[in-house]
Amino acid sequence: MRNKFAEVLYNYSKKNNKIRVVAADISPAGKLANLSKKYPDRFINVGVAESSMISMCAGLAMRGLIPFAYTIASFSIFRPFEMVRIDVGYQNLPVVIVGMGAGTVYSTLGGTHITQEDVSVIRCLPNFQILNPCDPMELESCLKYLCTKNKSPCYLRIGKAGEKNFTFNAHEKWKYNKPRVIIKGKDNICLIGTGPIIRFFFEIYNQLKEKRIYPTIISYHTLKPDNDIEIKKIFKKYNNILTLEDISEVNGLSSIFKIKAHEFNYKGKIISYALKDKNIKNYGSQNDLLRDHGIEPKKILQSIIKLKKNKWI
Amino acid sequence: MTIIKNNFVKKSNVRCLHYRNRILQLSQKVGALHIGGSFSSVEILDAIYNVLKKKNDKFILSKGHCGILQYVILEDKKIISKKFLESYCQKNSKLGVHPDYGNPGIEASTGSLGHGLGIASGLAIGLSKKKEIFVVISDGELMEGTTWEYLLMISSLKINNMNLFIDFNGLQSSTFSKNTHPTLNPIKEKLKAFGWTADYCNGHNISEILQKFKHKKKTRPFALICKTTKGYPINFMMNVPMWHYRSPNEMEYKSAKKILSEHYKS
Repeated sequence: MRNKFAEVLYNYSKKNNKIRVVAADISPAGKLANLSKKYPDRFINVGVAESSMISMCAGLAMRGLIPFAYTIASFSIFRPFEMVRIDVGYQNLPVVIVGMGAGTVYSTLGGTHITQEDVSVIRCLPNFQILNPCDPMELESCLKYLCTKNKSPCYLRIGKAGEKNFTFNAHEKWKYNKPRVIIKGKDNICLIGTGPIIRFFFEIYNQLKEKRIYPTIISYHTLKPDNDIEIKKIFKKYNNILTLEDISEVNGLSSIFKIKAHEFNYKGKIISYALKDKNIKNYGSQNDLLRDHGIEPKKILQSIIKLKKNKWI
Repeated sequence: MTIIKNNFVKKSNVRCLHYRNRILQLSQKVGALHIGGSFSSVEILDAIYNVLKKKNDKFILSKGHCGILQYVILEDKKIISKKFLESYCQKNSKLGVHPDYGNPGIEASTGSLGHGLGIASGLAIGLSKKKEIFVVISDGELMEGTTWEYLLMISSLKINNMNLFIDFNGLQSSTFSKNTHPTLNPIKEKLKAFGWTADYCNGHNISEILQKFKHKKKTRPFALICKTTKGYPINFMMNVPMWHYRSPNEMEYKSAKKILSEHYKS
């Protein structure tokens, strides 16, 4: 995803001279190197200085520029948190803070590099939007929106490398703040995922079909602001909802749906797969760590089959 | 030449007396006031607003707790109205203790220390290089880690249209800075080692502020360490920590007015 990020920003920079990438010691690999070579003033590396990165972006946005603060997710949000909250959020400036390798991506680097709390924290900051695209293609749509239409602070949560595309034949086009139907199924079960972890749904999709279960799969790419109208539509259509995220169970995707379910008197079932509110130390692969948090395709599959057995579907 | 200079200083004195009087006047309406640090910055802001800052240059008051001083200057320059200033901290007012981005004449929301210089770095990059940016920080902000991060980054990125004024009154909210940070001094040498042009001056002497400002080089960011006294020139306020955040009562107000008028007579 970081390559896609670099490629898209480079392409937009050719058309728009207002784009600035302010990085905190991330080397301008791939197309970002092209950006810094072709437009040296538009790629600013502030060094290992995350507060400087965020404050500088606030100042750039005040001058009508389109700044992207870019570094590894844990350092783009937590280290400079007060600058995120005040300089960007409180002043309501259109700065895009990019959290690269968000969630459990950096599983082998441990708790200092894992950002299970990023969405939970940013969700309660007024003025902020959160975009969490599920694949490189969806990231491209998000960046198009951010480079051309955005007017508010945004936290853009992206993966790192090797993410597959799932949305090339998507049922719906990407639209800002609208949960996107990727696969339209005929059963009354809806699988809602946010971010690249949506791959788990596609890993079990054929097995579900073999069991004659045809779910709808939604990419919930905009984690803030909440779109109550669309959430109500989902509640109305589906008796079974399963949420999946690489985010804390506190104030993430599952929390949104559980709170809204209570608010809108939803009578169906919600099953959620989210990161536990725990620092789990496991230096294996990302999938190993997710398994320790109780998230794995096999379990998701079993949950859905159980719903079928109990005649919920 | 001397006559012109004297006239210039005289005019500055008239403005600074007015700013201090206006702050005292407002202090009788509202308790939320950082009078000590505001009084220590008066001549610095006077020099910036009335001499140094040209059209389209930018100014950030990073020591946002002294917003009241910026407001009285903005009123004097007719950027905000008398009515707006007098709504300071009143019900339904948009004008609070700390400057808020979006209010007329305010370039950044400050109040949490150690932010203004960083925002200014982005503003400076976004400005034409011919335009200057002025930032006033307190010596207390030199205890914030981010300030040193910004100082290092600004000189490294050669943001040379940056002009930093440090209101070095030596006193923070609770005590003297030399008590909590005996190694804060020497500042000038630290700044120079960080790639800035830096100098000391008497922060209550406008001629000296402007004279030292001439040492600014186009090839480096510039910092002026202004030695000031918190609460200046009200003797019962000077260097007394309590006056960091306190409004004078009626008796103190009258006494301060008297001291002020005598000070400027002399």
